[in-house]
Amino acid sequence: MALDWKVFCLDTIDKAPVSGCFSSGDQQTYLGWLLAAWGQTVIVALLSLIVALVVGSIIGTVRTLPNSPWLSRFANAWVELFRNIPLLVQIFLWYHVMPVLIPVFADTPKMVLVVMGLGLFTSARIAEQVRAGIQALPRGQRYAGMAMGFTTPQYYRYVLLPMAFRIILPPLTSESMNIFKNSSVAFAVSVTELTFFAQQAGEETSRGIEIYMAVTLLYVISAFAINRIMTFIEKRVRVPGFVASTGAGGH
Amino acid sequence: MLDFSVFTWEVFRSYVLHGLYFSLALTAVATLGGIFFGTLLALMRLSGIKLLTIPATIYVNGMRSIPLLMVLLWFFLLVPMIVGKPIGAELSAVITFIAFEAAYFSEIMRAGIQSIPRGQVYAGQAMGMTYGQNMKLVILPQAFRNMLPILLTQTIILFQDTSLVYIITANDLLHGFSVAGANLSHTRESYILAAVLYFVICFSLSWIVKRLQMKIAIIR
Repeated sequence: MALDWKVFCLDTIDKAPVSGCFSSGDQQTYLGWLLAAWGQTVIVALLSLIVALVVGSIIGTVRTLPNSPWLSRFANAWVELFRNIPLLVQIFLWYHVMPVLIPVFADTPKMVLVVMGLGLFTSARIAEQVRAGIQALPRGQRYAGMAMGFTTPQYYRYVLLPMAFRIILPPLTSESMNIFKNSSVAFAVSVTELTFFAQQAGEETSRGIEIYMAVTLLYVISAFAINRIMTFIEKRVRVPGFVASTGAGGH
Repeated sequence: MLDFSVFTWEVFRSYVLHGLYFSLALTAVATLGGIFFGTLLALMRLSGIKLLTIPATIYVNGMRSIPLLMVLLWFFLLVPMIVGKPIGAELSAVITFIAFEAAYFSEIMRAGIQSIPRGQVYAGQAMGMTYGQNMKLVILPQAFRNMLPILLTQTIILFQDTSLVYIITANDLLHGFSVAGANLSHTRESYILAAVLYFVICFSLSWIVKRLQMKIAIIR
């Protein structure tokens, strides 16, 4: 069984070879489609990552606030809710149920719905890490902030959060890589990202192996790139003499 | 706006029960198979023999950097080519999950084995135990116990991941709800019920794991 890489130079409609292989004008090649699909994956993943980081940080911080039991209960419920329902089911809920229940989402593009689904799903996991990061700090740091006369928002902003985020950078790295992998679920609601391309183009050309290999390679490259970026950030923000202690957890 | 009245026990039994059974069975088989092959992979990686370490490392890191969906599609395409005949979505899902989860369980087991103090290994060697005896009698029992909460958490994640076999149209829990929703034309209610059922199962399981973790922590 020989591999035939020319499949990427074919036109997606009439299956005729295109010189130069890239899409041009009204001609779209499989290579052009592959790259466009990669772009969709990157957009979905990055937007979801932003949603997840913002929401996750807020929820995770709220869970550690002193003297606000109802807020922490809400945040705990949030984490349990989004952590215990499979991502695919959540995506279906956003896609099929939300537009009907909440009229705001009626005209929202499906890309945004997927980003909300993936982002909020991941926010629960990031919230767990933020909470663990804050609780890993010695209690004295909180008291020191209070003793300096800081208000609660102030000692969170200037004392606890800067250290907590440094501690949780390694798990955040793997979470960012997870979000790239999990963005493949968007395929279930026909967002034209890499996995969607893989299945569709694999069927159209019956050259599944070559197509899947290219897509797998792009996933690996994406994950690796994120890993490098996060490692770079980790090095840049490192506090000299402070060794981050990572909690238990093997996945 | 939402009408749950069509979802009677009869509907649940005829559409969903089989899927629930398949999802649970897939979780159980993939957990046991994953732990078995994962332990082997972990032992290979810790063996210090390059011929074993390198392939195991490539396998584990490779599996961990590809989305499960892609792995499902890969196996769905490749396994029939290798076997020479179509094998069906269910069997394909089982093979994929064991192969995929083995990579994740191997990382957990590796951490577990490394969490055992080196002194224990030396003590075993000093007693004249072979490598196999040392692993079986001294290291692995302790590693399993240290890792039990994380292994179980991974099992819950695995159960959630089984919903992805919906993509290759294996007959799982989500597939059951999806078909029921389409046939009774109550798609929205059906997905909400699916979410509720998954939540109840996963939430109770993680509650049990939390209790277990406390118990183990006290003993230690």
